[in-house]
Amino acid sequence: MTSRPELKAPPEIFYNDEEARKYTSSSRIIEIQAQLTERALELLALPDDGVPKLLLDIGCGSGLSGETLTESGHQWIGFDISPSMLDVALEREAEGDLILGDMGQGLGVRPGVIDGAISISAVQWLCNADKSCHEPRKRLKSFFESLYRCLARGARAVFQVYPENLAQRELILGYAMRAGFAGGVVVDFPHSAKRRKEYLVLTCGPPSLSSATPKAKGEDEESCSDEESSGDEENQTVSISDRHRPRKKQKLNKKVKGREWVLRKKEQMRRKGNAVPQDTKYTARKRKARF
Amino acid sequence: MRLLTHNMLSSNIKGVTNGFPLRIEVEKVVEKSVDFNPDFLKNMLAKIEYKALVEASRIMGYAELPDHAEPSMLESDDFLRKFHHALMELHLEEGTLVCPQTGRKFPVNKGVPNMLLHEDEV
Ligand SMILES: C[S@@+](CC[C@H](N)C(=O)[O-])C[C@H]1O[C@@H](n2cnc3c(N)ncnc32)[C@H](O)[C@@H]1O
Repeated sequence: MTSRPELKAPPEIFYNDEEARKYTSSSRIIEIQAQLTERALELLALPDDGVPKLLLDIGCGSGLSGETLTESGHQWIGFDISPSMLDVALEREAEGDLILGDMGQGLGVRPGVIDGAISISAVQWLCNADKSCHEPRKRLKSFFESLYRCLARGARAVFQVYPENLAQRELILGYAMRAGFAGGVVVDFPHSAKRRKEYLVLTCGPPSLSSATPKAKGEDEESCSDEESSGDEENQTVSISDRHRPRKKQKLNKKVKGREWVLRKKEQMRRKGNAVPQDTKYTARKRKARF
Repeated sequence: MRLLTHNMLSSNIKGVTNGFPLRIEVEKVVEKSVDFNPDFLKNMLAKIEYKALVEASRIMGYAELPDHAEPSMLESDDFLRKFHHALMELHLEEGTLVCPQTGRKFPVNKGVPNMLLHEDEV
């Protein structure tokens, strides 16, 4: 079975009482949520004036991410679709206000009032069609448009995401751009399977100096002294790690996946309503060495 | 849910053009004390729909806020403390938020408003 929770059940079902309980009892989860949130806050680049800001936490869940926001002195409003997760947040006495809501239906927040938004490991859920009435594209559109509207001009949104693949990341980013956001992807520790983390860093308003995507962490850990790397310093708008990776490595790391795996993935994509080519005898056949 | 959040929320139902402010029906109000931060309050006053806050605080049983706010009041500690109390310390614990245009009710339980929409409202 897949280890991706998004493929197991809709979020309000997957995050049931038992799953929500893990968020209070697993020190590993607590620590990871805190670390991801700290990094997201750093990427939000809020003005360093000591004045608390009003932030959104989208997919706030059990309030672990919110705790980090509170510790940094900010006020926050959290949205989550799972009652069980919100119950845990109540038990933990989260300082932010909690709202039971579905980001895919758009956020009902007044225009221009929010100073920044974060989301930790939640936005990739939007790419699934969990109900017959769900159209992922429509839901991504509603979400990003409503988010763009409620942010103050120049404010940022930072989402730590686990996209299933490159196409999914591009899909999410594409809808963010269409809603008017500028920005890109920051990949921390791109060369480590375990520590690799992706953040979408979005700025509300026209591109400017402040909307340049910040630098990733741990990018230089493995030498990638390609022709390309010298120009990277100035050109930070999009730091997508795969584009920096030496070609040879990309090949080596690819795991060979069988026909069964491909068929299963294609079926999943069909269920999400994507146009997927028919299965034929050529599907997932090995290509010649020189294609 | 604090009135701060109430002041930011609006009804998100498809076709609704006038979703703010959500009308409050109170069953239970709780008060929780929060650190007083004048700088935050000064920033918030520019974002708040003040009239909606005054009405909401009265419905919640707090009648101390003046009808109108002016920038000069930011210098008044007395005003800032009242503003702070209304905005940050009054919680709607149980009750209902009502869409001003359609009358659709959003229940509030344990302080959490349920803003989930039905399929035909999206
Ligand atoms: C990995 S958890 C993040 C937990 C949270 N940051 C915390 O500190 O507990 C992802 C959360 O996203 C929420 N989620 C998934 N889809 C959502 C949606 N459409 N709208 C709102 N929340 C959603 C889930 O219910 C879950 O609580």
